[in-house]
Amino acid sequence: MTAGTDEVLSFDEAMEKYDPVLGFEVHVELNTRTKMFSSAPNAFGDVPNTNVTPVDLGLPGVLPVVNGVAVESAIKIGLALNCSIAEKCYFARKNYFYPDTPKNFQTSQFEDPIAYDGSIDIELADGTVFTVEIERAHMEEDAGKLTHVGGSTGRIQGAEYSLVDYNRAGVPLIEIVTKPIEGAGARAPELAKAYVAAIREIVKNLGVSDARMERGNVRCDANVSLRPHGREQFGTRTETKNVNSLRAVEHAVRYEIQRHAAVLDSGTPILQETRHWHEDTRSTTSGRPKSDADDYRYFPEPDLVPVVTDEAWIETLRASLPEPPAERRKRLQADWGYSDAEFRDVVNAGVMTSIEDTVAAGVGAVAARKWWMGEISRRAKLADVEPSELGVTPELVVELQGLIDAGKINDKLSRDVLDGVLAGEGTPAEVVEQRGLAVVSDDGPLLDAIDGALAAQPDVADKIRGGKIQAVGAIVGGVMKATRGQADAGRVRELILQRLGVEG
Amino acid sequence: MTDLTRFSADALSRKLASKEVSAVEVTQAHLDRIDAVDGAINAFLHVNADEALRVAAEVDRARAGAETLHPLAGVPIAVKDLIVTRGQPTTAGSKILEGWQSPYDATVVSKLRAARMPLLGKTNLDEFAMGSSTEHSAYGPTRNPWDLDRIPGGSGGGSAAAVAAFEAPLALGTDTGGSIRQPGAVTGTVGVKPTYGGVSRYGAIAMASSLDQIGPVSRTVLDSALLHEVIGGHDPQDSTSLTDPVGALVEAARRGEVEGMRIGVIKELQGEGYQAGVLTRFQEALELLRSAGAEIVEVSCPNFRYALGAYYLIMPSEASSNLAKYDGVRFGLRVVPDGAPTIERVMGATRAAGFGDEVKRRIILGTYALSAGYYDAYYGSAQQVRTLIQRDFAAAFEQADVLISPTAPTTAFKLGEKLGDPLAMYLNDVATIPANLAGIPGLSVPGGLADEDGLPVGIQFLAPARQDARLYRVGAVLEALLEESWGGPLLSRAPEITEIAGGK
Repeated sequence: MTAGTDEVLSFDEAMEKYDPVLGFEVHVELNTRTKMFSSAPNAFGDVPNTNVTPVDLGLPGVLPVVNGVAVESAIKIGLALNCSIAEKCYFARKNYFYPDTPKNFQTSQFEDPIAYDGSIDIELADGTVFTVEIERAHMEEDAGKLTHVGGSTGRIQGAEYSLVDYNRAGVPLIEIVTKPIEGAGARAPELAKAYVAAIREIVKNLGVSDARMERGNVRCDANVSLRPHGREQFGTRTETKNVNSLRAVEHAVRYEIQRHAAVLDSGTPILQETRHWHEDTRSTTSGRPKSDADDYRYFPEPDLVPVVTDEAWIETLRASLPEPPAERRKRLQADWGYSDAEFRDVVNAGVMTSIEDTVAAGVGAVAARKWWMGEISRRAKLADVEPSELGVTPELVVELQGLIDAGKINDKLSRDVLDGVLAGEGTPAEVVEQRGLAVVSDDGPLLDAIDGALAAQPDVADKIRGGKIQAVGAIVGGVMKATRGQADAGRVRELILQRLGVEG
Repeated sequence: MTDLTRFSADALSRKLASKEVSAVEVTQAHLDRIDAVDGAINAFLHVNADEALRVAAEVDRARAGAETLHPLAGVPIAVKDLIVTRGQPTTAGSKILEGWQSPYDATVVSKLRAARMPLLGKTNLDEFAMGSSTEHSAYGPTRNPWDLDRIPGGSGGGSAAAVAAFEAPLALGTDTGGSIRQPGAVTGTVGVKPTYGGVSRYGAIAMASSLDQIGPVSRTVLDSALLHEVIGGHDPQDSTSLTDPVGALVEAARRGEVEGMRIGVIKELQGEGYQAGVLTRFQEALELLRSAGAEIVEVSCPNFRYALGAYYLIMPSEASSNLAKYDGVRFGLRVVPDGAPTIERVMGATRAAGFGDEVKRRIILGTYALSAGYYDAYYGSAQQVRTLIQRDFAAAFEQADVLISPTAPTTAFKLGEKLGDPLAMYLNDVATIPANLAGIPGLSVPGGLADEDGLPVGIQFLAPARQDARLYRVGAVLEALLEESWGGPLLSRAPEITEIAGGK
């Protein structure tokens, strides 16, 4: 199947005729030390098939043991999503043959998820709030990773052979399932992105997942269906699997809405199926038919006992939860006195926490924002990393700002100092010393430069003597040029006026 | 010198402790016996002579060095080939695991090693423990030492026959629906199914996880108690393992008293379908127990009539899922069909070639019972029956301290006699299955020989969960009373096995 051959309607046209209904299944990989049911390390990027025990390979005779930390993480996620936590819940076996699943069944939860009936408020960029109802969050194990070699599609069909890495098999997963989301209208793609972003932020804030989408820590299956305006009954849905970036979630939902609209307009029914997302063509292709009668022969996992929670345990966990991200944002914006636009930029740039830490370390909120949104973000962009990953610590910003406040360096020089520190040349003070960047504060060299500048522009000097004080800028500029910017412009101005015997 | 293979484990333990015999002598005597008779019996799939002798020699050295040793140190043991062992093959009696070696030891095997018991080898069984005659082994049937044309029971026919033929003083079995107790009954040996969770299942290849239990096979009640104390107790690697200590089982077997004990005769486990000679020996046992001061009461378990039906839904359901891992991808047999086979065809061809008919029958049955649309009617109602049977037992144990019945309705049948009639074969487990469904412990002790065929009859005792000690108390009494009446152990009346040239 070639990608992108399907007819699509323009998004606006689709919206004129239809209401989209969304639904999401987000899989969150937990960052527990060990796997869901074994003592193997839960680690990303290691040599294939090294983080495995007999349990992870499904060898004859092995038995699973539930990871208690994973259960706590699941409860924390449930609480953060305002869910009820089951007093008693069971694991179940989901039976299907596939070589990435060592036992040919996945241990999951079926009828009794650990968390159910929750909701979260999703705030869109313009401040509109949508409440998304959460159906359930349940515990399960990840599958291994298959790499299909040969063949054109990268899929198992047509591959010459396939490689399997069981390091990921058994990594704890929490699957978060929404109830159908109605009423988003044309904002559906935006809401989709904002929802997944919110889940990612929540699990990261809880500390239960590394939440790195590029590593598959957070993976989204997006369900889309359309119904004509005014109709109650849902249309047939498709499920676009493994959409693994925030932008892709938005695009995939948008694309499926447009594709559904075109299919419905042509009078053909939507085929209930999974779809594959292609980032290159920004379109989906048909996966496999998915009916509600997919038969996984679920039954209670007889090798595990029920997970029993109690009120005291849950309340202890609830009390340990960090401040919810949305509330934290409100609090920080108020504390810092940023405008809505300023604050939104800070959030979008991903530097809110860095600013928080920097402010806590003693830099004013305005200066902190200037640093993180300015020089640090600019360098991060050049290095193609997140600002927080550039290696700039709050302490470094404190030191840089301190040097400026003390008049040792100016704004312009501080950029060179930052470069020097990032290049590993030492602390800011050391860089100032080694690069000879200190603002020239000895009046001797300055006076020489001033005399030079005055001599070069005698007409200007005359004007100043004549009382046109504002003309002093031209002389200051000449001095700054001569000192390669290493002078304190304020001090230079003072000295020029003194030299010419004029009162500033 | 007296034949060392004729002694009980307890007697050997004492002889070893007093240095009357060495562990090497004891182990060698059993290896010689295996050599001499196993060509006729076929109890062993693998004989582990070198390692067994090495462990025995270490025990002798340790004893010479006055080290403190476990009482069973140097007493050799055979292990059912469903239990994984490092350094020896584990086949589960199936072609699909031919040549496979486990990289890890089952917990019970680790315990045997810690007690320094030489492992004589791996014993034959019905493939994946599915059967009541050991005829479903992919490696040929085991023969009953009482009559080589008859079955030794199953699935643990190899362990029972090895002990009955004096090839080993002790063996490990597994009991899912009677696979320890029924072979015990038809070979004139003792077999115990502990309380579910009393012995770790880690490393026992699963047939039906909620029913399987490892237990001792021996020639005396005391020997089973000695072995039970070695293998029992909590195992963090088995989530269904009980946290209770294993209990004073040896003391119970040594004390052995029934004065004032209420013994309940299960009304539903006698009468129609039971061989006359079995019932005669059963009545005699009741009389002996009454004469020893026990109170014999009748109890009714009306739901037992549904037990076999429920068992043959739950067991294959769990088995169908447990056996999914045998697919040729990671271990064991792999059959690659001609052409350019897909993964599905490789899995299919491997399973078609690797599994025998009985295994396939149960996988198909279980897959069907778990299917959408059938689950409630089959698996669901079977679980309800299970609850009813547990209630029957609970009510019965209000009237009686232990329950009693024949272990099997008949003596050993002829090889091939029931192979064509699976239902007739299944009926052989009618008296043993209820204990597995309820998770309670059961013990089978030799009850004499049936008049009509001169073959062993087994008497089964059942106790409430975690009351395994009661079984040893009452079992030891009946054993003593019967041996007194016979003038010696039942097995001393077994015919000498015709020595067939070409033993292993």
